[in-house]
Amino acid sequence: MTYDLAFDISLAGLLLAIALWTIVARAIFPAIVLFMVYGLLLGIVWVRLSAVDVALTEAAIGGGVTSMLLLGAAARLQGKNVASEQLGLPGRLAAALLCIFVTAGLAYAVFLRPEVAATLAPMAKENLAESGLGNPVAGVLFVYRALDTLLEKVVLLLALVGVWSLAKDEMWGGIPGLRVYAQPSGILVYLAQVLPPIGIMVGIYMFWAGANYPGGAFQGGTVLAAMWLLVMMARLQDVPATSAPWVRLCLVVGPVAFLAIGLSGFVFAGSFLGYPEGHAKPLIIIAEATLTLSIGVTLALLVAGPPERMPQR
Amino acid sequence: MKIAIDIFTVALVSAGAFFFMAGTVGLLRFPDTLTRLHALTKVDNLGLGLIVAGLLPQADGLLSALKLISVWILVQLSGAIVSQLIAQATQRPGPPT
Repeated sequence: MTYDLAFDISLAGLLLAIALWTIVARAIFPAIVLFMVYGLLLGIVWVRLSAVDVALTEAAIGGGVTSMLLLGAAARLQGKNVASEQLGLPGRLAAALLCIFVTAGLAYAVFLRPEVAATLAPMAKENLAESGLGNPVAGVLFVYRALDTLLEKVVLLLALVGVWSLAKDEMWGGIPGLRVYAQPSGILVYLAQVLPPIGIMVGIYMFWAGANYPGGAFQGGTVLAAMWLLVMMARLQDVPATSAPWVRLCLVVGPVAFLAIGLSGFVFAGSFLGYPEGHAKPLIIIAEATLTLSIGVTLALLVAGPPERMPQR
Repeated sequence: MKIAIDIFTVALVSAGAFFFMAGTVGLLRFPDTLTRLHALTKVDNLGLGLIVAGLLPQADGLLSALKLISVWILVQLSGAIVSQLIAQATQRPGPPT
């Protein structure tokens, strides 16, 4: 027990130190690397809190994809004359006030929490068996709060459209400017040949196991995205044009399938995103499978960035 | 028998932890990128290998043992290759990003 406590305290201390260091670091590159470390450590914290689903997502999205996006942004800024704006005194005061306000609010929520926390967990668990799922997190995501999950996927697509719209007009629908290795390095090609079969299996397993164990579409999709990026960066496969029909199809198939299942709920179950009795699990699996594909392609294209050149005909 | 297995585990995991510590000291104290990389990859291979070997008798069932071994193999693969890539990056002209 005391060992556990000592571990938790040092973990929390380390996390706070890294968070502080991320903010204090002046140069962009060290700050991003520290942010990456922060995401991975936060993943361990979630494991300690027995929230393995959140831990996987934090490590994959917080530590992995977000850091990749930041690294891409940093690489774009490099060499360009970026005017660094210094905030004036009123601006800094306003920022400080806002930070104090948020911190006070958080402190209030943490320290003055009610004796008995309001929770829906027992109810959620009681009715979980009806959906045929074993993982309560998947149950919340696809049964109780399915609308949130659907909208979350649509937001992801909107984010991608946002990135694409940074392209010049004549480049719309072109090939994203992902940094590929100009001279393919032997060792990178080797990794891109050896790792994807394993990675794709792990990604599919994560989505498949997500029904009963920690895992799910988001975590699995992130692994698939990483494998695809690796193959593209090693130049084993070309970066596709964003206007390619199969790319567009992969992007929307998940949300569309989920939406179709949701709409069919009107007919068969009497409500939007309701599942007909006895058929909940297969429908959820279909939604999750297509979402895994869509999330993987979306995340990889987010990292690949806005279109920068047109495909040669 | 149980106690012998436990002693085996403690010995190997401690040895692994020692290598991790030595590697970290090397990472902090060595003078340039290549020697620091050297310290880091030694830790991945040997330290993690010892820890996994120590944990193997504690695994419940063959499947868990195989999982432990595949974790070690994957870390070895990525560690070795990433260290090569970083080493190549240091040979290229231009400042790091």
